[in-house]
Amino acid sequence: MSGRSSWLQANSSGRVWAVVERGFRAWKSGNWVVVMTGFFEPLLYLAAMGYGMGGLVGEVRGPGGVVMSYAGFIAPAMMATSAMNGAIYDSTWNVFFKMKIAKLYEVMLATSLGPLDVAIGEIVMALFRGFIYALGFTAVIAAMGLTHSWWALAMIPVALLIALGFAAFGMAVTSFFTRFQQMDVLQLALMPMFLFSATLVPLEVYPQVVQWFIMALPLWHGVELMRQLSIGVFTSWAWVHLAYFVVLSAAGIFFTTTRLRALFLK
Amino acid sequence: MPVIDAHDVVKTYGEVTAVDHVSFAVRSGESFGLLGPNGAGKSTTMRMIGGSTVRSGGSLTVAGLDPQTQGPQVRAMLGVVPQQDNLDTELTVRENLMVYGRYFGLPMSYVRPKTDELIAFAQLQDKANAKVDELSGGMKRRLTIARGLINEPKVLLLDEPTTGLDPQARHILWDRLFRLKEQGVTLVVTTHFMDEAEQLCDRLIVIDHGKIVAEGSPADLIQQYSSREVVELRFGSGRNAGVVDQLQPYAQRIEILPDRVLLYADDGEELLDQVRRAGLIPVTSLVRRSSLEDVFLRLTGRSLIE
Ligand SMILES: Nc1ncnc2c1ncn2[C@@H]1O[C@H](COP(=O)(O)OP(=O)(O)O)[C@@H](O)[C@H]1O
Ligand SMILES: [Mg+2]
Repeated sequence: MSGRSSWLQANSSGRVWAVVERGFRAWKSGNWVVVMTGFFEPLLYLAAMGYGMGGLVGEVRGPGGVVMSYAGFIAPAMMATSAMNGAIYDSTWNVFFKMKIAKLYEVMLATSLGPLDVAIGEIVMALFRGFIYALGFTAVIAAMGLTHSWWALAMIPVALLIALGFAAFGMAVTSFFTRFQQMDVLQLALMPMFLFSATLVPLEVYPQVVQWFIMALPLWHGVELMRQLSIGVFTSWAWVHLAYFVVLSAAGIFFTTTRLRALFLK
Repeated sequence: MPVIDAHDVVKTYGEVTAVDHVSFAVRSGESFGLLGPNGAGKSTTMRMIGGSTVRSGGSLTVAGLDPQTQGPQVRAMLGVVPQQDNLDTELTVRENLMVYGRYFGLPMSYVRPKTDELIAFAQLQDKANAKVDELSGGMKRRLTIARGLINEPKVLLLDEPTTGLDPQARHILWDRLFRLKEQGVTLVVTTHFMDEAEQLCDRLIVIDHGKIVAEGSPADLIQQYSSREVVELRFGSGRNAGVVDQLQPYAQRIEILPDRVLLYADDGEELLDQVRRAGLIPVTSLVRRSSLEDVFLRLTGRSLIE
């Protein structure tokens, strides 16, 4: 118990808000094109695949065997992907810039802020971007008639949880990067995860071994949970999906804090 | 009780010993210097005081607290001006100050007027709403110093405050630092410029290869390790070394540099006369007072700036 509280004391002064405040001030000078891309990309997928492919595919069996339109099937998956993209963008490119080039974290840690404050503050900023994406996306798919339950509103906080998991983990991973090129490699790894995580086709089409592999990856859990929420039909897996992201987030925050300490307070 | 108390502080990076059993104490209100050439271990020492580098050995306290275990508390009492400016390029001049104050948990009602005061102190009124990238080197440095003052620190750590600045910018900056000194702020300054050390420091340690080689006030050090005056003679390349034997009888001590010979004496003009009378006619000659540069040369056999 005392071990935990001294860990907190050494890593935090409880001033997460100061980091968030700095983030909002910097947003004014932010790169809005990139922000918009992160939002429109999944929407474009939804339009092209949902309506283009949808005509060919017809209907698909979703959670609990419920029959869904193809557009309705992929829309929640695109929302989960959008949450991931926003979080990854913020926690890789932005964090890399601040960590290695602008030396922002070094500055913050030379004040009375602790590494946990910096980690959580930066993650909150990434979440805020995710929150705006999620709001917009939910509004769009609701207007398109692709939501069938009030549960769809819960997609917004869940999108945040997905973003939290990816942001926390992404920040820890970014702390190991030394060159910009390494982030391209990360993108290269995220691409197949996006394509195969039951986003565009149901998981059942893959061989069993491939299915297990996909089920170990985070995006699949996000996609499945979102899909269940969109129609308000839940399987017994729903808790697993939720727990997956809670654990991913907690581990990511701990990992990031430890890395910030190792990098800047050595 | 000293504000900063360092005992046998050691820092090693693998095989390299950056700081080698360094001990010193800084009194409240004093302006304390760390003078030494590049790579002497000055920045490493500064980072250990701020708790952003972990010591390999020894003890160090700031106002009785160990920066390593009580980092946030220690840093709340310090103003840190690192060697490289690390201002927030995504923010304006004003925001840089305000946001930094918020990192210390200071309330807006304090930070707002304090920011205005510091903008005036840094003479950046015209640039208050400009982005950092629009500032000159000297302006950035003044802003970094102003930023370090936002929490009204007990101690301001300045790592090479004027390196890279032109002479005019340096003088403006020194003037600002004098004001702080007058206000009773404890300054810890590292520099490899002897004129800066002489201007700013009440007391200093001379460091070389991570070790303290001398300690005292600039005047004491000069008195102890050098003569009152120095005569610099140039006989033209190649000839400098040749005339040394003939110069030997006239000076208390002689240093031969690649481009000139330094003769140490209490009365430089008289020495120069003697040399001339002996028929040794230099191409150029200069009589000046001894400086910390001469102290360093005496102690290490090298000059501060290679
Ligand atoms: N992070 C580091 N890793 C490895 N060596 C370092 C590091 N920081 C400093 N050094 C080494 O320690 C010595 C002292 O460096 P530094 O404190 O920066 O000197 P100064 O500030 O006096 O120029 C140098 O030999 C430098 O190469
Ligand atoms: Mg240095």
